Amino acid sequence: MSKIHVTTSVNGEEVEYLCEAQQTMLDVLRDELGLTGTKEGCSTGDCGACSVIVDGDVVCSCLMLGAEAEGRNVETIEGLAAPDHLHPVQKQFLEHAALQCGFCTPGFLVAAKALLDRNQNPTETEIRYWLAGNLCRCTGYDKIVRAVQDAAAEMRGA
Amino acid sequence: MTSVDYVAPTDVEAAVAALGASKGNAYILAGGTDLLVQLRTGRVHPGTIVDIKRISETRTISEKDGAYTIGAAVTGAEMSAHKGLSQTWPGIVEAMDLIGSQQIQGRASPGGNLCNASPAADCVPALIAAGVSCTIAGPGGRRTVPVEDVVTGPGQTSLDANEFIVSFEVPKPAPRTGDAYLRLIPRTEMDIAVVGAGVCLSLAEDGTCQAAKVALGAVAPTQVVVAAGADALIGSKIDDVALEKLGQAAKAACSPIDDKRGTIEYREKVAAVLAKRAALKALERAKAR
Repeated sequence: MSKIHVTTSVNGEEVEYLCEAQQTMLDVLRDELGLTGTKEGCSTGDCGACSVIVDGDVVCSCLMLGAEAEGRNVETIEGLAAPDHLHPVQKQFLEHAALQCGFCTPGFLVAAKALLDRNQNPTETEIRYWLAGNLCRCTGYDKIVRAVQDAAAEMRGA
Repeated sequence: MTSVDYVAPTDVEAAVAALGASKGNAYILAGGTDLLVQLRTGRVHPGTIVDIKRISETRTISEKDGAYTIGAAVTGAEMSAHKGLSQTWPGIVEAMDLIGSQQIQGRASPGGNLCNASPAADCVPALIAAGVSCTIAGPGGRRTVPVEDVVTGPGQTSLDANEFIVSFEVPKPAPRTGDAYLRLIPRTEMDIAVVGAGVCLSLAEDGTCQAAKVALGAVAPTQVVVAAGADALIGSKIDDVALEKLGQAAKAACSPIDDKRGTIEYREKVAAVLAKRAALKALERAKAR
């Protein structure tokens, strides 16, 4: 079977690629587009390391086919920072040292951005539930939650 | 690796044709939260993957004269964000919302949850309790069947290979109707039901229960309709006696397995407790209408 031709938007730029039917969005991002910031953890949708935002919804890119991205808007960790400054959530992760090995961090950052895009003032409980699909086995979650709270405050101009 | 086809038809007829062309070796892709894991682990080997998300009917929630139609591939996140549906059928929406993380909610669908045919599927008892039917498309056109007639065993459904679920038809609720779904898991989030219980009931003006439906999940090879439990509620004011009978009926309806999530004895006991609590929650909602 010939490969599938896909035209989509990744981080605001139109991209085209060829993929196999069963190739996941995660495989496409990493292997076809060279966007290796999105990490492969469990490949079963449990850990959230591969989180990306598709048309505004945070999803596991390991549970999506590359072919499904036709005409969609995909945002990855590579699109989070502006050319000259970090996204507030990235900045606050650094401020709070909310990471150790860093493998889960891109997924947390993307998921946190999706939350802050729709909720400017989430409670701690809302943050913890929202990030329940992102697993970190190093730091525990307190620093991560505080970083997201402070990023929210920064984005509100508080 | 043998080659796999991917098609994303934009109408129901084309999807049925694609299923037919694959000679029984096609898999429907809705949210993919189950299918992609099964692909990855080699549990399924499709010749064709038929993505139904480009069909607008499968992706739309609509309301007409108080009845809702929920597309089979609508996501949990979309159901939760739908104010009308959430207000009218909180039990259905909460059941769907219990499934997985935010990432899963961004993809997972009621059609997929039903057709994956897990005994522990969270949205299914809630759909059954609410009296929901599904519209199934196939080569002969469309047919409508109650949700409880779809799953025939773990991983097995009554759908033919050339059929798929297009949408769910949620009836207009009678006055003073409330629904609720509760499940037990050993943690607060992100786990598979040990037991799930869905209850929907309607009250007469004087508060007497005049219609009820009770369904359990994770206590048998398929979801179970507890007719005796509904009978215990109907005609009562959902008092302690009626609730006790409901609990006994729920327990009697179970034929669970012993596994790491719970023993048979535990599941039976929890089924009774959850059925009673779900009935009280549904009652509270019905009274608020």
